[in-house]
Amino acid sequence: MLFRKIALAGAFALMSSTAMAACAFQNEVPLKSLSAGFEAWKAVTDAMAECGNFSAELDQEFKTKQPEAFAARPSLYHIGGVANETIVPLVNAGTIRPLDDLVAKYGQNLQPGQLIKINGQTMAIAMMVNTQHLMYRKDILDDLGIAVPTTYDEVLVAAEQIKASGKVAYPLGGTYKAGWNLAQDFVNMFMGLGEPLVNDDGSANVNTETGVRTLEMMKALSAYMDPEFLGADSTVVQQQFQQGRIAMANFWASRGSAMDDEAESQVVGLMAGAPTPSIVDGGAPATTLWWDGIVIARNITDEEADAAFRVAMEGLDSEMVNANNDDAVWLIKGYQPGAMAEAAIATASTTPPPVSYPSTTAQGLMHGAIGSQAAAFFTGEKSAEDTLAAIEAEYATAAAEAGIVN
Amino acid sequence: MRRSTFAWFVAPSVVMMLVFIAFPLMSVLVQSFSLTQPVVESLTVETCTPSFVGQNCIQETRRQPVLDENGAIVTETRFVGLANYATLVEPGRALAALGNLNLNELLSIDFWRALRFTLTFTLITLPLILVVGLGLALAVNNVTRAVRGPVIFVTLLPFIITPVIGALAIRWLFVSDGILTRLMEHWSGQDIFMFARSWTIELLMMFYRVWHVAPFAFVIFYAGLQGVNQDAVEAALIDGASRLQRLRYIVIPHLMPLIVFVALIHLMDAYRVFEEVIGFRSEAYVISLQYLTYDLLMPDNTGNRAINRASASSMLTMIGIVILLIPLLRHTWRQHRGTR
Repeated sequence: MLFRKIALAGAFALMSSTAMAACAFQNEVPLKSLSAGFEAWKAVTDAMAECGNFSAELDQEFKTKQPEAFAARPSLYHIGGVANETIVPLVNAGTIRPLDDLVAKYGQNLQPGQLIKINGQTMAIAMMVNTQHLMYRKDILDDLGIAVPTTYDEVLVAAEQIKASGKVAYPLGGTYKAGWNLAQDFVNMFMGLGEPLVNDDGSANVNTETGVRTLEMMKALSAYMDPEFLGADSTVVQQQFQQGRIAMANFWASRGSAMDDEAESQVVGLMAGAPTPSIVDGGAPATTLWWDGIVIARNITDEEADAAFRVAMEGLDSEMVNANNDDAVWLIKGYQPGAMAEAAIATASTTPPPVSYPSTTAQGLMHGAIGSQAAAFFTGEKSAEDTLAAIEAEYATAAAEAGIVN
Repeated sequence: MRRSTFAWFVAPSVVMMLVFIAFPLMSVLVQSFSLTQPVVESLTVETCTPSFVGQNCIQETRRQPVLDENGAIVTETRFVGLANYATLVEPGRALAALGNLNLNELLSIDFWRALRFTLTFTLITLPLILVVGLGLALAVNNVTRAVRGPVIFVTLLPFIITPVIGALAIRWLFVSDGILTRLMEHWSGQDIFMFARSWTIELLMMFYRVWHVAPFAFVIFYAGLQGVNQDAVEAALIDGASRLQRLRYIVIPHLMPLIVFVALIHLMDAYRVFEEVIGFRSEAYVISLQYLTYDLLMPDNTGNRAINRASASSMLTMIGIVILLIPLLRHTWRQHRGTR
């Protein structure tokens, strides 16, 4: 027993001594964070933990916990991980604090692009961007002499050629799972045509020619997908790529590195990326820009906020990026984009550029309405116009209940 | 037993029933008749988000809740009568669709679509489970005593599996590149997609539920079979009754209370069908009433949830179960009166 205690103590001493080495200061304030659980967050929170007295909770269901946990007094977490949508409930409830003075004090290494500003105040620090861009099987396109498509009409032509060649049975993949995923693809196409989904007065703007065009293009693409596409989320599409069953998809940049993971992929070295195609020739890419970053709770003491921000800066430093370069498209100094990431950056830097996914309550309600109603068009139950009318009706009901429109 | 002793004995369970069943139910009932909203103000603000070349800044209209001096969201709750129910059921549209005998129009309303599936699912699986359960019980009752133990154990296995896990396992077997789909494609020589059509999904759901619940019916019926009056069976044999006649006139009347019990439990369970929808990812094709409530209750990524509509939906589910149970409860009540 005594021996075990000594061994444990020794192990702890070892751990902390190596841990301290990587952090610039010794954190004395107990801190907690709550964020999503994907690779990038693991890298960042591991780097934060090196400062000591820090525990991270990585949970894919963080978004249901976060609003309540941050509204508690004192807040149950000091640091939160958020993205475009998930920052909204925190901003609305006023449970996160403006970071401008902390940025001035400790944020010397931040890039100007990392500051998320709402109404002139810095409310979050972004660490990475994410977007859906075109991923394709380079070997198949080269074999068939197909140029990389830049518009969705060209994607359809290429898909037909690949299908005819018999190289894969279903040339296209898509995150079309009914619900959030399907809605996200709808939003990409719709906003790619340069229109907002919700008008400034809060009314819906989807039952339009743009809406019909969006649905029809999506249906045309779905004809080249595995017929069970309405159950396909990101993990399914990733596996379809990895198992060599599809040749092209507009797919999340954050999943790009999995294509070259030798442990699970059969297409290592065969994949390439390109900017997302546009719907009209020369138009903006049909995709939206996302960011992930950190926020600091309001309902904690200023000392805690100070320590939390310093620890967060240690998690978002160049050292972390150097060690985890391929885990995300980082916005942090010292990042060296890999081949897949170049495509995401190219997508974000085209002119005209893709739009940022709007961080508003109305957009969240619209996304939900599309997610629950759009599938009926793909199953053939409703026409495009009826589907769009159903989306608008569902949005109107939800928005009235949420108090956004009367 | 003295009255006060009795009171002390039942008090803990009465308190538990009140706290965990009656009060939440009351709260759901009240919420289904009211609407809670935040007070919202409209602001035009500049929002800046990252890109690789500097920042994207845009002017946008944000509708956000007003906060009080303590920093809490100001909300208003008002009584709205049956408005939440009306939003769900859309009586006007539903009646018009019924008037035109336009079934597709009726089923384009989520509530009716969910109700249609829930009822079909419940009413088709019920007789199947009774028949399969009884068949299994009779079969096991007739195998030699030596192997009965292992046979019972194997028969019970499906019932032990966690429903969501079972549903996922079925999905993986029958998904487009699943092994059973491959096997069926090999036999039939054509491509098969079980999860791309609503009737195949419904078929799989019912198959799964019968496979999962039949062992429960089996265990109950098997226990009941042990109490069948052997004298009556022998007498019937001497009178020359066939196997079927013995089953019909002796065994089934003996098992009747158990059959009613199993039917009661199954109706309550099947009407709340949920795991199959999630496990099979059938939201696009088939939804159930319980799923509808869940979908309304789950917050979207910006934190909105339709809690009042979800309350109305769960009240309607409960009412549905009660209506379905009425014939069975009346039957039991008559029996109860008869034996007294």
